[in-house]
Amino acid sequence: MSDLFDIIVIGAGPAGMSAATEASRHGASVCMLDEQQTAGGQIYRNVVHSPAARSRILGADYRAGLLMTQNTNESGVVHRTRATVWKVDKDGSVAFTVDGQAEQIRGRHVILANGAMERSVPIPGWTSPGVMTVGAAQILMKSSGIVPVGAVLVGVGPLLYLVATQLVAAGAPPKALIETQTKSDLIAAMPHFLPALKGWKQLAKGMQMIAALRWAGVPRFKGATEIEITGGASVEGVRFRAQGREKTIHTTTVFLHQGVVPNTQITRSIGLDHEYNTAQHSFAPITDDCGQSSNSVFSIAGDGAGIGGAKDAALSGKISALNALRQIGKITQSTCDGMAKPLLKRRRAELAIRPFLDAAYPPPASVLRPADDTIICRCEDVRAGDIRRYAALGCRGPNQTKAFGRSGMGPCQGRYCGLTVTEILVEETGQRHEKVGSYRIRAPLKPITLKELASLALPQETDKSK
Amino acid sequence: MFKFIDGEDTQTSISFLLEDQKIEATEGMSVAAALLANGITTFRQSAVSNEGRGPFCLMGTCYECVVLIDGVHVQACMTQVRAGLSVDRIPTATTGIEE
Repeated sequence: MSDLFDIIVIGAGPAGMSAATEASRHGASVCMLDEQQTAGGQIYRNVVHSPAARSRILGADYRAGLLMTQNTNESGVVHRTRATVWKVDKDGSVAFTVDGQAEQIRGRHVILANGAMERSVPIPGWTSPGVMTVGAAQILMKSSGIVPVGAVLVGVGPLLYLVATQLVAAGAPPKALIETQTKSDLIAAMPHFLPALKGWKQLAKGMQMIAALRWAGVPRFKGATEIEITGGASVEGVRFRAQGREKTIHTTTVFLHQGVVPNTQITRSIGLDHEYNTAQHSFAPITDDCGQSSNSVFSIAGDGAGIGGAKDAALSGKISALNALRQIGKITQSTCDGMAKPLLKRRRAELAIRPFLDAAYPPPASVLRPADDTIICRCEDVRAGDIRRYAALGCRGPNQTKAFGRSGMGPCQGRYCGLTVTEILVEETGQRHEKVGSYRIRAPLKPITLKELASLALPQETDKSK
Repeated sequence: MFKFIDGEDTQTSISFLLEDQKIEATEGMSVAAALLANGITTFRQSAVSNEGRGPFCLMGTCYECVVLIDGVHVQACMTQVRAGLSVDRIPTATTGIEE
């Protein structure tokens, strides 16, 4: 089967769901592709099947996703679940696999709403079994209803506090929070505080979370440095230095978090223009206000275009849908502008808190540019010192270090080591981030079997556009 | 160590095999979550160093949780449990391939 749709949406999180629903409402044929069993993305993961008690633990912001998910399910959007996208072409063709069967469809316009992933946290011991991301802890709660007992959370950022309070609510309070935020981070964030007051509701939620942790008696160690996970074959504890003293906390489960970054695998693979965001320490594809990328066939919605959070992603999805409808001639430029205007205003309000959050919860230098003996590429066991050695030999960019030492060549295809390699090469060569660049990404974007590839039959295209 | 959220272990129970070990899970869980809930954190070994590795991101990005199901490499975090599932860890240079 090979269908032509007006609009293909990749990703079914808040950005993808609102984009698909909005486009469908205006009479476009829409196909939404997503890897999960149900719509929701990571933030509203499994919200349709979450038992009442679980949803109560996860909180009101999670439950808010239920209505959006239901609206999407009732919208007439063709939602392909368990669909792993492995190739996106410049003409809007998208190849994906569902349960081992490959298919290819084409969109007159494609909205990329593939969202974010957690920043890599290369610290000593982070490859030991039992070390996961804070997002992983939340996924275990949302999808599988299990919680860690006596876990230690390490890192920085709002998600660290959110997951900690959810664990408290679930009767599994973390043993400790080891935080990398320093006093000087807070001082650096102060100039952004007044504008952030527009987002006072979000600030208030943050205060509530911190108060809940204090109430629950969860120890918090601030300004932690020299963090190391001890053990080997399995986690035994976390050793760190805080307030001038070295300390070890014993645990078998550690969750790491250093914020989230746009997932740029698809946008890189189709050669869209990207820029480095110094406040968010990550690359993001360049878009205009309406999500239009450097290729007229592609819009980008949500965190994949820069981190803004779930509410901003939903607004951005709607705006991208209007842009897509305009691109394929379903609505006029003036209709698009008129409808986007109030949404853009709401986005500005939603994003008011971002510069404060970006400055107050930065990844520390030791995470951005790890010590020589720390593994940075988990797939191929490449260490930071290896990259520095290749730089000394004359490597100027990540594709060269990849050829020298295999970093980025494993099954994750550089998703976790990419930014770290770029950052180390910036440090070593003195070039700018854009100049150093990132891995060249090619299809298949996720490992597939030859059998899956061979199952891709490509007969005549069936026109499903309206 | 992991435990079920209070009241959730009463959901429909499913069992499957990890090699010759019986794993108990509930409907809707991922294979990765089911193994973690049964105290298993080492899913594979690094092909380079042979050191143990386990799930990291649980959202289909890192490929640390890859196991064999019916002889095919799959991400344990992206696969839901089914009764009678037969899960194997990937053989390595040190563990060898069992026939």
